[in-house]
Amino acid sequence: MHSFGYRANALLTFAVTALAFICAIASLSDKFSNQNPSAEIQILYIKRFKSYGNDEVSLTLDINADLQSLFTWNTKQVFAFVAAEYETPKNSLNQVSLWDVIIPDKEHAKFRIQTSNKYRFIDQGHNLRGKEFNLTLHWHVMPKTGKMFADKIVMPGYSLPDAYK
Amino acid sequence: MDWQGQKVVEQVMQILLVICGVVAVVVGYATESFRMMMMIYAGGVVLATLVTVPDWPFYNHHPLKWLDPSEADKHPKPQVAAVASKKKSLKK
Repeated sequence: MHSFGYRANALLTFAVTALAFICAIASLSDKFSNQNPSAEIQILYIKRFKSYGNDEVSLTLDINADLQSLFTWNTKQVFAFVAAEYETPKNSLNQVSLWDVIIPDKEHAKFRIQTSNKYRFIDQGHNLRGKEFNLTLHWHVMPKTGKMFADKIVMPGYSLPDAYK
Repeated sequence: MDWQGQKVVEQVMQILLVICGVVAVVVGYATESFRMMMMIYAGGVVLATLVTVPDWPFYNHHPLKWLDPSEADKHPKPQVAAVASKKKSLKK
């Protein structure tokens, strides 16, 4: 502590160490927030269901979700996406992303949107006729400090028609 | 900066930063604002820098009291052994 440079160095080192602790505490505080997101998705109608070598479905979704409880003071943004999940003889789990959104803040975390699928719903083959599938809302929470984490809501009980149209 | 000042400055620096950190976390959590926490902590670091880094006069209230040179002359060093003095003269 005898010189200007030594004191500046000691202060900077201590300040950055304390900052690391502060960030760790901020990250830890997220663990104590109770999260109860909810989501509901309806398939309004199936616009197109054809086979171009592979089965392709075009549909309109009504997505109603409340992800506000995911936002804490340490949340930068949340990435959410809706995936169709189903089983085929070839793959035990097919996941096809249909729609996604980046939620920048809490005010935009409760939404209802009617949209056609943003990304194409194409199967690997011809397995979609009469197929039962789940729609799953996945989300990834990106905190300002700390580890990114993800969770999902699985909504079962959707099915596709038996014939192409 | 004297010895006492150096001891005080280190304690002041650590206490200031820890207090600022605790206040920043508490206020940030209470207002749910990460930005607020960072601003308070940044303010604390600037304050700690201003208080502890420059050599303020109040860190120099305990100067070391050296003996006056004339006092040293009155008590001449005892002569050391001949070998040691020879070595010294060789180095020169």
